[in-house]
Amino acid sequence: MAMTDEEKIEAYRLMMTVRRFEERCAQLYSEGDIGGFLHLYIGQEAIAAALRFAVPEDDNVITAYRDHGVAIARGLPIEKLMAEMLGKVTGVSKGKGGSMHLADVDRRYWGGYAVVGGHLPLAAGLALADQYRGDDRITVCLMGDGSTNIGYFHEALNLAGVWDLPVVWVIENNEYGMGTSVSRASANPDLSARATAYGMPGKKVDGDDVQATYDAMAEAVEHVRSGNGPILLEAMTYRFRGHSMGDPERYREKDEVSKQEEQDPIKLWGNHLINEGVVNSDRLDEIEKGAEKAVDEAVRFARESPLPSPEELYTDVYV
Amino acid sequence: MSTFSPTVIHSEKEYTGETDRKSVRQAISDALWEEMERDENVFIMGEEVGVWGGTYAVTRGFYDHFGERRVRDTPISEMVIVGAAVGAAMNGLRPIAEIMTINFAFVAFDAIVNHAAKVRYMFGGQFTVPLVIRTTTGGGRQLGATHSHSPEALFAHFPGLYVVTPSTPFDAKGLLLSAIRDDNPVLFVEHSTLYQNRGLVPTVDYVVPLGKADIKREGSDVTIVTYAKMVEIALDAAERLQDEEGISAEVIDLRSLRPLDLDPVLESFKKTNRCVVVEEGHPFASVSGEIAARIQDEAFDWMDAPVKRVNQEDVPLPYSRELEQSALPNADKVIAAVKEIM
Ligand SMILES: Cc1ncc(C[n+]2csc(CCOP(=O)(O)OP(=O)(O)O)c2C)c(N)n1
Ligand SMILES: [Mg+2]
Repeated sequence: MAMTDEEKIEAYRLMMTVRRFEERCAQLYSEGDIGGFLHLYIGQEAIAAALRFAVPEDDNVITAYRDHGVAIARGLPIEKLMAEMLGKVTGVSKGKGGSMHLADVDRRYWGGYAVVGGHLPLAAGLALADQYRGDDRITVCLMGDGSTNIGYFHEALNLAGVWDLPVVWVIENNEYGMGTSVSRASANPDLSARATAYGMPGKKVDGDDVQATYDAMAEAVEHVRSGNGPILLEAMTYRFRGHSMGDPERYREKDEVSKQEEQDPIKLWGNHLINEGVVNSDRLDEIEKGAEKAVDEAVRFARESPLPSPEELYTDVYV
Repeated sequence: MSTFSPTVIHSEKEYTGETDRKSVRQAISDALWEEMERDENVFIMGEEVGVWGGTYAVTRGFYDHFGERRVRDTPISEMVIVGAAVGAAMNGLRPIAEIMTINFAFVAFDAIVNHAAKVRYMFGGQFTVPLVIRTTTGGGRQLGATHSHSPEALFAHFPGLYVVTPSTPFDAKGLLLSAIRDDNPVLFVEHSTLYQNRGLVPTVDYVVPLGKADIKREGSDVTIVTYAKMVEIALDAAERLQDEEGISAEVIDLRSLRPLDLDPVLESFKKTNRCVVVEEGHPFASVSGEIAARIQDEAFDWMDAPVKRVNQEDVPLPYSRELEQSALPNADKVIAAVKEIM
């Protein structure tokens, strides 16, 4: 269950791709090409990288609206993701979903959901279907720390607990739900401790450390697939940007953010790979340039793609 | 509670006193601030109402001024925001519960529909629920299907709850003051794209009574009935109808869906004999359907044409900008509907 050197390098490429993708999205948003709400994954990339290699392609993944990094990790082509950002018909959701609603049924990536906690019951149901059929597939459900205080969380985790549903619940604890810190929102800020209430193991992991998160996730996947019922992982991380574009960020000091930025998960991983002798810094630069080019290409594809035709408004309401 | 003897003003047109120019945001903020200064029992609870200053910056500065006892940031827990506000109201306070957007009111639907609206009736009038639930509504911002609802009709369905839907700074402040002072639960619905709109607001203490429609433009050929954001669109259409077609449209702003003030609508209809209802939400089981039904029932003898409705297309709203815009009512659609019945 160890990552190969090739996977470690790919993890770096993935994180860099997510970072550049997100920076470009921010730019396109301020230029008016992307509309609606835009929630960037910047700072949380290590979790996506761990997910990419710890969760086999045939398993289910579902997440909240901060979904770009997770979508890229599940292998959704970034040009189709960028096309979705621009509301183009070539986008993963035909331009109907936008940033918060990326999905790809062929990759068993069941989507990003914008009602906080709303997708947790869906995750329980995805897992129920596999358990019902006797498939040994599992479901990984990512969520923000803020979603642990809504009824959905309690109902979904309890059901998973009593029915032994094969779900790895992953809290991406980035310390805030909008402007409310975990300790102001949660009676017990130790979120992994919630697992006890639902009869499953709970574990905390450094979500900025690719290796640690990979190990914890791979172990959790193994635990669940072996028929031990669900598990709860809390990945400790931090979002470097505002909650969404236009967040005045009155709830935290600039200092707090810059201190966190010193622990940039991409830099940490790059240094780790160099120290381990897996790559040299030239190789990392090359990867970075490659990521930039890939994102440029994605933007070009998105821009050249057509908008949905007016009739698309009426399709997909029913089968 | 300090004394407050406001002037009751039914319509902005009646008021000739001193005014300030304010945005809808500021007008709502002022109403909350003034009422909190006057009444210790009024407090605010909701997501991001405190430190953040409100998602739409309505409660900016409140946390520093009133403190965390009266401006309470909650976890993301809509069910308990409304449910606890109902309990606090039953037990003597006058809570203002904020649901960030009406889309999340679905999560609190049971607390709103089964408790806020019913505990008084169900226990034979023993309980009073002086509660305001403030929330925002509306589509057109590319937020996708779950975040773009205009479901006011759904909430207006239930007896026991008031649903108030202002369109101007003047109405927003006056109606919110009435709502806070009313002993019934009120869902106070602010349109998310109206906050920047500016208008004149009296400098004196005033209230606008709940449950009174307002004629926003007088006309003689057709009656356009609407509320909230659609008032702006209806007024735009009315101007163009006058300029381009010589058609004189009367525009009536319902201002509240419950109580529904039908009298001015019927009175206008008996004069124009034609009506178009404009509503941002879906057409099925809607405010527009209700108005059309009531007109045919109560003013059948005055009907010269069927009542036309301009609603959101009967589809969820998509993200893509032009596609979304094509689904929403606009002045062109209102003009086309009017011309169809002239
Ligand atoms: C039911 C519901 N209530 C409120 C919101 C508004 N909202 C969107 S994101 C968010 C914060 C969520 O925080 P968290 O779960 O920690 O995720 P993060 O944004 O940090 O990734 C809130 C309150 C919502 N989308 N859904
Ligand atoms: Mg968070």
